[in-house]
Amino acid sequence: MTHHAWLILGLYLLVLLLAAWPLGRYIANVMEGRPLLGLGLRGGFESPLYRLCGVRRDTEMSWLHYALAILLFNLIGALAVYALQRLQLWLPLNPQGLPNVSPDSSFNTAISFATNTNWQGYAGETTMSYLTQMLGLAVQNFLSAATGIVVVIALIRGFAGHSATTIGNAWVDLTRVTLYVLLPIALVFAVVLVSQGVIQNFSPYQDVTTLDVTRYDTPRLDAAGLALKDAQGGVLTAPTTSRTQTLAMGPVASQEAIKMLGTNGGGFFNANSAHPYENPTPLTNFMQMLLIFLIPAALCTTFGRMVGDSRQGWALLTAMTLMFIGMAVAAMHFEGQGNPLLANLGVDLAPGNLEGKETRFGSAESGLFATITTLASCGAVNSMHDSFMPLGGLVALWNMMLGEVVFGGVGTGLYGMLVFAVMAVFIAGLMIGRTPEYLGKKIEAFDMKMVAIAILVTPILVLAGTAIAVTTAAGVAGIANPGPHGFTEILYAFTSAANNNGSAFAGLSANTPFYNGMLGAAMWFGRFGVIVAVLALAGSLAAKPRIAASAGTMPTHDVLFVVLLIGTVVLVGALNYVPALALGPVVEQLMLGSVN
Amino acid sequence: MTTLVRPAFSIFLLLTLVTGIGYPLAVTGIAKLVFPEAAEGSLIRVDGTPVGSALIGQSFTAPDYFWGRPSATAPRPYNAAASGGSNQGPLNPALMDAVRGHIATLKAADPGNSLPIPVDLVTASGSGLDPHISPAAAHYQVARVARARQLSPAALSALVAEFTEGRQWGVFGEPRVNVLKLNLALASRHPD
Repeated sequence: MTHHAWLILGLYLLVLLLAAWPLGRYIANVMEGRPLLGLGLRGGFESPLYRLCGVRRDTEMSWLHYALAILLFNLIGALAVYALQRLQLWLPLNPQGLPNVSPDSSFNTAISFATNTNWQGYAGETTMSYLTQMLGLAVQNFLSAATGIVVVIALIRGFAGHSATTIGNAWVDLTRVTLYVLLPIALVFAVVLVSQGVIQNFSPYQDVTTLDVTRYDTPRLDAAGLALKDAQGGVLTAPTTSRTQTLAMGPVASQEAIKMLGTNGGGFFNANSAHPYENPTPLTNFMQMLLIFLIPAALCTTFGRMVGDSRQGWALLTAMTLMFIGMAVAAMHFEGQGNPLLANLGVDLAPGNLEGKETRFGSAESGLFATITTLASCGAVNSMHDSFMPLGGLVALWNMMLGEVVFGGVGTGLYGMLVFAVMAVFIAGLMIGRTPEYLGKKIEAFDMKMVAIAILVTPILVLAGTAIAVTTAAGVAGIANPGPHGFTEILYAFTSAANNNGSAFAGLSANTPFYNGMLGAAMWFGRFGVIVAVLALAGSLAAKPRIAASAGTMPTHDVLFVVLLIGTVVLVGALNYVPALALGPVVEQLMLGSVN
Repeated sequence: MTTLVRPAFSIFLLLTLVTGIGYPLAVTGIAKLVFPEAAEGSLIRVDGTPVGSALIGQSFTAPDYFWGRPSATAPRPYNAAASGGSNQGPLNPALMDAVRGHIATLKAADPGNSLPIPVDLVTASGSGLDPHISPAAAHYQVARVARARQLSPAALSALVAEFTEGRQWGVFGEPRVNVLKLNLALASRHPD
C-alpha cells in the first residue's frame, strides 16, 4: 500500500468515529422519545399526524404485531414501486418518454428497493423516469433504511427491557427515524453534493456539440429493421460519425445522498458512483464512503446508551473496526498491484489496476470504497468489481459473505452483529459449562433457534441459488467472462442478493426472467427471513428478567470477547463459503500465476 | 389486522409525500438558487452553444487532440446516456485483445514514443465517461500533439502542467488532467 492509501484509511476512520459518536447519542434520544433541540417530541406536531393516520402513539406492540407491521409496510412499498414502473409512460416527469418496465424487471426492482438491496438488473438512465426514481426508488431508500434501524432498536429494547411484553410501536419508530434522522442528514448532504457538481434538475437529456468527431460502428439493418449478418453469423457494421453527445439529466443529488446514508446503493445511473454526475470529485467520494458507515457506526453508540453500558457498544464497534481495517488493507493492496498480464505488454503498472476504475479515484480510493460498500450491504460502486483482480474481487465477495455485520447496513449490521454476539456467548457458555448470558439475559433454546435461523437463512439462499443457476441453461446464459470468473459472477449475484448488498459483478446479464425471479426471491427471504427471526428474538429477550452480573458472568466488553466475536464471525463465514470461493476467485488467482 | 392496515397505508402515504415529493423539490429549489450551473450539469459553453460538460469526458481520436480513457459504453464511446464499464475480468482474453488494440493505436500514432505506456490510456474507465487522464498519460501524448499542431513540446508541456489538478485539498483522490478542458484551451490558443 502507498503512503496515500494509508493516509486516506486513517483519515477515514478518524472522521467516521468522530462523527458517529454524537450521532449515536442523538439517535438514542430520538428513539427514546426525549425532547430534541426545541422540538417537543412528546407533544408538538407529531400528535395530529398520528391521529390522522390512526396510530395510537402510546400503545406498544408485541414482537409479532411489530413484525406484521414491518412486513405490511414493506409490502405496500414494493407494490408502489412495481406500479410506478409499470405505469411510468403515462405518468408525469418522463421527458425521455421511457416505456413501461417489463413485469419481471419491475418485480425484481420493487423487491430490490423494498429490501434495501438495490440490486439493479436495469440501467437507470435508459429505464426509469424521473418520477419512478424520486417517488418510487428514492422513497424506498428512506423507508427500507428506516425499517432496518427500527428493527435493531426493537432488538435493543429486548435487551434493555425487564420482563416486558412489548418492544415499541413500529409506526412511531418508522416516522421518527425518517423525519428526525434520515431526512435532515440527507438534505444537508444533497446540497453539498450539488456544490461539487452532482446534478439536480428535471430537464430533458441535454445535447451538446462535441469538439472532436466520435467514430464508431453501427449494425447495418435490412428493410425490416433486423441486423444484417455475414456468412459466419457475425453482425455487419457500418462506420458512423457523430458530433452530438447526449447527457443524461435528472434529480440525482437528492437520491444520491439517501442512497449512501441509508446504505441502499442503487445508482441513478447505470455506472452508479463511478458516474461523474453522481460522484464528481474525490471529496464527494470521501463523503459517500463516510455516509455509508455513518449510521451503522453511530448505532453502536446508540446501543451502548440504550442498554445503559456504553462499553458494550464500544466492544462491538472495536470488533467491526478491526475487521474493516484488515479487509480494507487487503483490497487496497490487491488493486494497487495491477494486472501482471499488462506488464508483459509494456504497460506501466505503478497506478495499479485501472480497468473499470475512474482516474480521479485511482486504485486506492476505489479499493477502499469497494471494501466499505460490500461490508456495509450498501452496494453502491465507484469502480466495476467485475474487473477487480481475482483477490480484490475475493475480498468484496467475502465481505458480503460475513453476513453484512461489519458495520453492515443501517440497523441490519448491528442486529446481525448482536446475533453473532449471542452466538459467541453461547459458544463460550458451552466451553465452560454455564448457561450463557448476554447483557443480563439468559440465552435459552428458543433464542438460539432464532439465532440459528438468522445466521443460516442467507448461506442457504446463496449456495442453493448458485447451484441452481450453474446447473440450468438459463442461469449459465447470463455469464459474461469465461472460466472461473464466470462462476464468480453467479456466486457474487446470489451473495449480493441474499445479503441485501446490491453490488454486482456486473458483466452477468441478470435482466432476464430467470435471474429477476431467482434473485428477487433471494432478496425477499434474505431480508425478511432474518428480520422476523430477529424480532422474535427481541420479543423473547424482552420477556426475560435482567439478571445482575455475578462473578461467574462472562464480561462482554473486554478484549477476550472482541476476539471471540471476530472469531465467530470469521469462522461461520469461512465454514459456509470456502468451498465455493475455491471454485471461483481462488482458481482464477492460481491461473493468473500460471499464465504469467 | 384492521388495526394494522390503516396505519400502514397512512404512514406510507405520509412518508412518501415528505421524502418523495417535499424532499427532492426542496433540494432542487436550493440547488437552483445556490448552485444553478452545477445543478444543470456544469455545462461548458462556447459562444453560447453547449460544447460539453466539465464533468463528462468526450471521445477524441484526432492526432492533434489529447485522447482520454478508452470507453466501453455502447454503441459508441462516451455515450453519456448509457454509462458503464467493460466488466471484463483480469484474465478475460477480450480484455487482453482490447488492451493490445489500444497500444497498437497509440504506437501507430506516435511510433517513436519510448515512454512507458500509461495504464489509464489502455484500460476502460468504470463509467465510460471519465473526464480525466493521469498527468503521465497527458505527457505521453505531448510529442504527438506537438507534431500535429506544429508546436514546441515545451510549450505543450507547460499547457499540460497548467491543466494538471493535484489531489483535492492536497489529500483526496489522484492528480489528473481534464481532457476536454485541455483540448478546448488547445483549440482556442493554438488553432491548426
